[in-house]
Amino acid sequence: MLGQAYRLQLTSFTSFLHRVTGVFLAIGILALVYWLAAAAASASAFDQAQAIAGSIIGRTALFLWTGAFFYHLLNGIRHLAWDAGWGFELPTAYRSGWTVMVLTVVLTLAAWALGYWARGNV
Amino acid sequence: MASAKHSLRSDLGRVRGLGSAKEGVQHWWIQRVTAIALIPLSLWFIACIVFLIDVDHATAIQWLGSPVTLGLMSLFLVALIYHAVLGLQVVIEDYVHSHAAKITLLLLVQFAGFALAAAGIIAMLMITIYGG
Repeated sequence: MLGQAYRLQLTSFTSFLHRVTGVFLAIGILALVYWLAAAAASASAFDQAQAIAGSIIGRTALFLWTGAFFYHLLNGIRHLAWDAGWGFELPTAYRSGWTVMVLTVVLTLAAWALGYWARGNV
Repeated sequence: MASAKHSLRSDLGRVRGLGSAKEGVQHWWIQRVTAIALIPLSLWFIACIVFLIDVDHATAIQWLGSPVTLGLMSLFLVALIYHAVLGLQVVIEDYVHSHAAKITLLLLVQFAGFALAAAGIIAMLMITIYGG
């Protein structure tokens, strides 16, 4: 896709991933509104929504949305820092990029560990 | 400092950041305003979801039906959907080159945004008023 002349860089990859996670999170709005509408509609409609959320596909989607959320949040803060004129130096941009990557993994796993721990499943 | 000698744009117009479409930096600015608002709102939302994702209907209604949740969830929905529509608009403008497809997708995203915001807030109001 990128051709031989272009070497993938962390800085362009994080920018691309910001868009991908943004689009993916936007799709999640459909799931959120469905969940709220089901809660408003009836107990049986909500039970159905909860069954979907708890299924393997539902859990996988929620896990990916969690990862996309933390990435987009952290990299978004990085973008806001750039807007304020901070962190444009190349070494800083690389350091903040790697920090976003590592923190995304840590926070995503921490959120799910917390969720399972709170339910006594760990 | 640009003056009338060097540019057709007046100094006042340049300061206001208004182009021919009179929009200027509005899109860019609102994208940032909603981004900043979403930092606390999305963290509140994710913290709630971690503990409430698998609750039964009665517990969900109890949580969603409180005035605090109604307020925060409504703010979250509006900021989230506004931010998403602006972001999707940029993606569509960058990658969809057919004019007809571009306009169609932009309309679809914007109408979907309004519809989803309305649906989400109506659901929240129904839960608060009627208890689900």
